[in-house]
Amino acid sequence: MIPALALRQQAEEEAARLPALLARAEKLAGTVLLGEHGRRRAGQGDDFWQYRPLQPGDSRRSIDWRRSAKGDSDFVREREWQIAQSVLLWLDGAASMRFSSDKNLPTKAERARLLTLAAAILLIRGGERVGLTGWTLPPRRGQEQVLRLAEAFTTDDPDDYATPEARGMLPHARAIFVSDFLGNLDPVEAALTKAADRGVRGVMLQVLDPAEEAFPFEGRTIFESVGKSVAHETLKAGDLRSRYLDRLAERKARLDTLCRLTGWQYRCHHTNASAQSALLWIYRAMDGGHG
Amino acid sequence: MTLFGALGFTAPWLLLGLLALPILWLILRAVPPAPIRRLFPGVVLLLGLKDDEQVSDRTPWWLLLLRMLAVAAVILGLAGPVLNPEPEAAGSGDGPLLVVMDASWASAADWRARIEATDALLVQASRADRTAALVRLTDPEPPVFQSADSLRSSLPGVVPDPWQPGPEEVARFIAALPEGGFDTFWLSDGLARDDREEMLAALEDRGAVTVFESPRSLYALQPATYADGNVVLNLRRLRPGPEAEVSIAAHGLDPAGNPAILARIPGRFESDAREATAELSLPAELRARITRFEIEGQRSAGAVALPDDSLRRREVALIAGSQDREGLELLSPLHYLTRALEPNVDLLDGALMDILPANPDVIVLADVATLSAAEEDAVLEWMENGGLLLRFAGPRLAASDVSRDSEDPLMPVRLRAGGRTVGGAMSWGEPKSLAPFASESPFFGLEIPEDVTVTAQVMAQPDPTLADRVIAQLDDGTPLVTRKRVGQGQVVLVHVTANAEWSSLPLSGLFVQMLERLAVSSTPAMPEVQDMEGTVWQPEMVLDAFGAPRDAGNLPGVAGEDLVTAPLGPDLRPGLYQGAERSLARNVVTADTALEPVVWPQNVPVQGMIRAQETPLAGWLLALAIALLLADVIASLALSGRLRSARAAATVLAALMLMPQTGRAQDTTDAMALAATSEVTLAHVLTGDDRIDDTAQAGLRGLSDTLFFRTSVEPADPMGVDLETDELAFFPFLYWPVTPDQPTPSAEAYAKLNTYLRSGGMILFDTRDADVARFGGSSPNGRKLQALAEPLDIPPLEPIPQDHVLTRTFYLLQDFPGRHAGRDVWVEAAPPDAELIEGMPFRNLNDNVTPVVIGGNDWATAWATDARGNPSFPVGRGFAGERQREIAYRFGVNLVMHVLTGNYKSDQVHVPALLDRLGQ
Repeated sequence: MIPALALRQQAEEEAARLPALLARAEKLAGTVLLGEHGRRRAGQGDDFWQYRPLQPGDSRRSIDWRRSAKGDSDFVREREWQIAQSVLLWLDGAASMRFSSDKNLPTKAERARLLTLAAAILLIRGGERVGLTGWTLPPRRGQEQVLRLAEAFTTDDPDDYATPEARGMLPHARAIFVSDFLGNLDPVEAALTKAADRGVRGVMLQVLDPAEEAFPFEGRTIFESVGKSVAHETLKAGDLRSRYLDRLAERKARLDTLCRLTGWQYRCHHTNASAQSALLWIYRAMDGGHG
Repeated sequence: MTLFGALGFTAPWLLLGLLALPILWLILRAVPPAPIRRLFPGVVLLLGLKDDEQVSDRTPWWLLLLRMLAVAAVILGLAGPVLNPEPEAAGSGDGPLLVVMDASWASAADWRARIEATDALLVQASRADRTAALVRLTDPEPPVFQSADSLRSSLPGVVPDPWQPGPEEVARFIAALPEGGFDTFWLSDGLARDDREEMLAALEDRGAVTVFESPRSLYALQPATYADGNVVLNLRRLRPGPEAEVSIAAHGLDPAGNPAILARIPGRFESDAREATAELSLPAELRARITRFEIEGQRSAGAVALPDDSLRRREVALIAGSQDREGLELLSPLHYLTRALEPNVDLLDGALMDILPANPDVIVLADVATLSAAEEDAVLEWMENGGLLLRFAGPRLAASDVSRDSEDPLMPVRLRAGGRTVGGAMSWGEPKSLAPFASESPFFGLEIPEDVTVTAQVMAQPDPTLADRVIAQLDDGTPLVTRKRVGQGQVVLVHVTANAEWSSLPLSGLFVQMLERLAVSSTPAMPEVQDMEGTVWQPEMVLDAFGAPRDAGNLPGVAGEDLVTAPLGPDLRPGLYQGAERSLARNVVTADTALEPVVWPQNVPVQGMIRAQETPLAGWLLALAIALLLADVIASLALSGRLRSARAAATVLAALMLMPQTGRAQDTTDAMALAATSEVTLAHVLTGDDRIDDTAQAGLRGLSDTLFFRTSVEPADPMGVDLETDELAFFPFLYWPVTPDQPTPSAEAYAKLNTYLRSGGMILFDTRDADVARFGGSSPNGRKLQALAEPLDIPPLEPIPQDHVLTRTFYLLQDFPGRHAGRDVWVEAAPPDAELIEGMPFRNLNDNVTPVVIGGNDWATAWATDARGNPSFPVGRGFAGERQREIAYRFGVNLVMHVLTGNYKSDQVHVPALLDRLGQ
């Protein structure tokens, strides 16, 4: 049994991580909100969406008399679409994400959490319901859900490489998958296919460290995965570079093709690039499917 | 020691270690660099990839080569390599070794090379375990053979002497030579001497003799002589050679009394010539200050020539009672004096009072009876300081009452009226001749020609002191020359005329000799032996062998005849000797000194000093090994991919080392000077208080703008001036706000400020306290102003009078308010004699710009504007306040106009007169 003191310390450490992530995510999300999506905030747009001419089949009760009295034709006052979407998130928490090649760069996991939570905040403010794939956290709305998501994101997965969780997908929901996609791609393919079958579309964000993109290594080296489950020794690391890069490009191409086939959108993000641009891309990609 | 060409090894067996290198090659080759472990999530993409080259687990050949070289360098270094090892053949033999040094002034020029050669010899002797002894020929002592190492340790204390070994020293040396065989190294100075063969024979009896001699030519300088108004310097060299030019420096004291080089003269040896001449023309004043001539770059006593009194031309002023130019030249009272003195003194001509400031050594008054009181005082003071007043009698002196009743301070004795005449037509006696000089007389020893007679003279009044003062008398006992000491100087009266009227003395050679003895005229360079007998000369300064002057300390005096004739030696060192009346120099090289290269017999080996230096290489090789190992570290790091952070660190380090030095002070000074002088620029003194400095800057900006808009003065932006560092001369006007806590400027800054004020600058002191305490009383600012202004050169001040030019240089003003409307503003006081002329609106006041204006009205605050020209501070209230600000601006305009145009408006006082003259 864990002593009470140690338990409390761990709990406080965990809790301390949450507000920082939340705050940064809120901040990041705030930069986007003031942009083109400001009209979607509650209280600003009310329910009004647009006027349109009366068409056969519309009930007379739906005629907006005040608008119609200004002209000869009748207008119907359309309201904004009230039905919220469900957005399902999958964040890779495996050990391979906890890597950063430079002490000035965030780890891939940090960046992925930040982006995912910020996207979640944006979506929740936009009125969507956000949850995790699988059964652990079903989609809900409200500020409370942000806290729950943040809590869920702070848990680490002991495995070296994760497989996407594709269970519990609501039909016609939307999904965001964030991972480095360095593990086996077959489960990814299976998950995407399953999602496509259910009419779920979404975005796939690959987060990579710049070192993984450039492979700046020389000399005799033993490469190990973060969980130390896989190792590879070479005498001249520099000679492997071109072949490594070929394989990486091939993997990216496969992911892209997969996304095209299933109607998803794919993007690769590096941890030394701006988080904001990636968030903007996510939000726009989600929005594109929305309208 | 084993020799390989020019390379030798002290431990050659260690070189066998080189055989182990191939084995090391094989071992090192098999060991690849250790792997580095890296975390890398992308490892899954690497799985299954194979390395291209299977051989690369071996160390690359170039790295191996690097390591081999490092190890080889270590082995070679430890083997003790020596480049150009001393050939042992030169000192082969195992008997004792005698080192003989000439150690004369001629070997001083390359003494260091001699000591090094000796040192090398002794090192060899020590290796061969030989005993050694060292003898200096200039001061020979019986040789004591001891271990070479202990002799080596005493080598630095061996110095040459400033003379040459003479026959006496050589005889002593030969007598002290021990029996038994030994080898000899003879470090010769290269000068031929008669006794060399004798010495060589004595040494060759004992063993092998090797001679070391410097191939360099030796330069020597003869004593300077004086000819045709020039100082002539004769240069000599030992060996004829190609054309050469040397530089002779004349050392002396500059006017401040510090040693300095007064002149440099080039001396040029023609090809194959052994002598050269250089001439130097210098003013007498400068010439008299020369203490020695020296051939530059020759550290030898032979290259130094000491001038004595022979170069010093005495200045003699000749003054006669009447210059009867109408009469015959031969009857002129000064004719014979001029002829006697001209060859070797500088004659001064002129009125007595004009000559005295030139401080002549001697003033000759020929038949001058009375001097005015002022002249008498001046001559007395000059005599007290060492002047020699030489008077000659004559008709005027005999007729006058000078020194008749009481002794005149400018006469040595009292005179009886009238004098006497003997041997003339109206007298019974024969013309008198001179009595032999007494032994205490300065003329003692001079031969008296038979034909010198005296026919007339002035007579001394018998006095108790008379006998002491007579230094020459006639054969009947009447004084002919009397002398009295006055302070450091003396007055000498010759009781006859300076021409041949009263005696035939001026016609004789005795006259010239007597003048010489009286030190009126300078003497020839070296006196004769008989003149020197019985005198003792005290050394004042002596030269060492390197030609450096040394204080003589308590060296004993030298007999006069020895000083002239004896050769230089331990008892007679070259230097400057002081006698009773004059000083004499003994130089190492004179015109008689033989300067011939020595010719050695064929069988004596002669070596030059210059030889390849023995260079131990072990240190270099070991350093090379370390450098190679360092390179190996870097290469290994690079090879195993660990160099990335190291490379970054090295880059940072290199960048730090290459960082440019900040040396732009000159640029900023120039930029400031350009900015300050391109346009008229107002300036304020930086007080260190930012708020006050900003206000002053803003105030001057406002004033500059006002000037720009209203007048033809178009100033640039005002500048802050740091009194310590900035040049003030660029600014016509300084505004100086006084704060109680500003630092007091340094003495240099005050000097700058005073120069600034004297050269027409103006400072406006502003205590900014509304002058509550009435000019400086007890307000802190006032007290600070007093402290600040105390060292300044400020004339008397007064409050601005109603008719001061400041009240009308541009605007007509009566008040000078700033932010405060205090009353008094102080400027340079008008001269006390300035009066108001009837009908004129104002007085004709002082003719220049007042250097300071002092007040407390805080003008800068009233003038201050921001960048857009709006006033920064309120002044007063409402319209009245704005009016006050306007008047403040007008005061500023008037002030700058006053600085720039001076008293131009004061000249209006002349307008009525000018109009009148124009007929208007």
